[in-house]
Amino acid sequence: MFFRRKPEPGVLASFVHLDDAASAIRGLQARGIRDLTVYTAAPNHEIEEILDEPVSWVRLFTLVGGLVGVTSGFAVTIWTSLDWPLLVGGKPIAAIPPYVVIAFELTILYGALSTVAGMFFLSLKKSLRNRPYHPSFTDDRIGVFAPCPPDQTQSVKDLFLQAGSEEVTVHAS
Amino acid sequence: MTAVAHDPHRPTQTHAEVTRDVLETLKTPSRGYYLALFGAIGAFLVGLITFVLLLKDGLGLAGYKPPVMWNVYITTFVFWIGIGHAGTLISAILFLFRSPWRTVVYRSTEAMTVFAVMTAALFPIIHIGRQWVFYWLLPYPNQRFLWPNFKSPLLWDVFAITTYFTVSTTFLIVGLIPDVAAVRDKLSGWRKTIYKMLSVGWTGANSQWRHYSRGYLYLAALATPLVLSVHSVVSWDFAMSVVPGWHGTIFAPYFVAGAIYSGIGMVLTLLIPLRKALKLEHMLTDYHFDNLGKLTLLTGSILFYAYAMEYFIAWYSANPFEQTTFWRRAFGPLWWAGWTMIICNAGVSQLLWFKKIRTNLTAMFLISIFINLGMWFERFVIISSSLSNDYLPYAWANARVSWADWGILLGSFGWFLMFFLLFARTFPVVAIQEVKEMIPYPRRRGSGGGTGGGH
Repeated sequence: MFFRRKPEPGVLASFVHLDDAASAIRGLQARGIRDLTVYTAAPNHEIEEILDEPVSWVRLFTLVGGLVGVTSGFAVTIWTSLDWPLLVGGKPIAAIPPYVVIAFELTILYGALSTVAGMFFLSLKKSLRNRPYHPSFTDDRIGVFAPCPPDQTQSVKDLFLQAGSEEVTVHAS
Repeated sequence: MTAVAHDPHRPTQTHAEVTRDVLETLKTPSRGYYLALFGAIGAFLVGLITFVLLLKDGLGLAGYKPPVMWNVYITTFVFWIGIGHAGTLISAILFLFRSPWRTVVYRSTEAMTVFAVMTAALFPIIHIGRQWVFYWLLPYPNQRFLWPNFKSPLLWDVFAITTYFTVSTTFLIVGLIPDVAAVRDKLSGWRKTIYKMLSVGWTGANSQWRHYSRGYLYLAALATPLVLSVHSVVSWDFAMSVVPGWHGTIFAPYFVAGAIYSGIGMVLTLLIPLRKALKLEHMLTDYHFDNLGKLTLLTGSILFYAYAMEYFIAWYSANPFEQTTFWRRAFGPLWWAGWTMIICNAGVSQLLWFKKIRTNLTAMFLISIFINLGMWFERFVIISSSLSNDYLPYAWANARVSWADWGILLGSFGWFLMFFLLFARTFPVVAIQEVKEMIPYPRRRGSGGGTGGGH
């Protein structure tokens, strides 16, 4: 794609066994290589624990979306009632209980849409790095990509092979 | 108790087998599929032609006559909205409860939700008479700077259904992304190009899962109160009025339980043939149908209670209008519809106390047909009987149901099935990613089970 960056140099390894991949990740972390990309077909708690990443900020998008929804829901209903006041049966012109329904629905609507926007926005930066990938990672293999300068590629490759990787490829820039 | 040989929660396949089996469902369809698809398109065309005639001649064609100005179209609207609820229950509420059996069935039920809401959303437009000004419902000021009445339950409904459709479609699409990527990686040629675009750059990297898993959780958390609110709002279309038979505080939970009950009925009607057609017998097992049966039993029993409570309240209130309405539901001109509703919903659901019935797919399919029938009649009875017997006996008149009602009803089934069948052949009907989450990755050392998997 036109906004893709040039491929990042590093070593990509493919694993069949989870414990092999886990030990390779730990080995890389021990060497100070931290900005790893681990590909799995489904989220895996063991890998999440080893990578120890902070909780996603998607929750902030959900919260802001929800707050915008509830505010706009009450604002539009109250303002439109006051904009053309029609007194019916001595009832209040701006009645809160019926407007709760509109405010609730808009809370959910905006909350959900901003959650999805947040998911895309937060994933975008790292997804555009153009790191190597293999189609088997959405099937049954675990992929680990370690970014490293050319002088370290051999030692990283050896680490992957020792951990039990079935296939290791070196990617130069 | 002896140890269970195989944990029924956990699929028996490997990760690669899951991808392969689900991909099989996307290959060249059978002749039966095309027959069903063309049947659905034919039914939809009948509805479309009827709609064109309604546009030309007006709603008199559908037998609209005072006092019954809401009839089959509003009945069918509530029916289809209700169908959608089981999908969201299974995909969102059971996701929050970490219920393992939902994994295999939730994709198809979620698709069912989206298509059912798409179908339901047509009905208010068909019903309003001057269909070409439907946008007056939206909150924008007209040339006199008048706004819609936000105190009206009908406008709440516009917001509830628009939100429900948007959120459930979003939820379906978000859930599909990793699966579309899995399909993309197994295809070649033009199909790969299409799936590549649809997968929006998904690779399954940890940086993507991190935000995806959280976002999906919050979407489920938002969809859960939404689904409960939508049918509550639909029930308030009736309950906010002072029409006998409608003005009840029980309406919101009664409608929500009924909606889920009817939805599961439709899930069974769709899944039992689909399982055979797509050769998914090893994935969709007795275990799943047993659980769907239990859910049907629970919601059917809540309905049973609600029916009993409606009659009890009518008697206990000592309100002659309420009592007359309920007497006429059982023994008046619509007695046949009243009893169809009670037998198909309160009665038939009680058969599901027996495991032998819950795991017998022929019996479950037949029960699901009764549920669909019973739930359509429930809405028909509520709407038609209450409107035809208002406070003024001299104005009483029975509803007339015309061919234009049946034409649109048939068309709605065609429209719904057409989308569902097209979906089933285009996208994975079983959630590849979530099934794989239940299967641990193999381990070189140790037992190979447990910690690597999902929840």
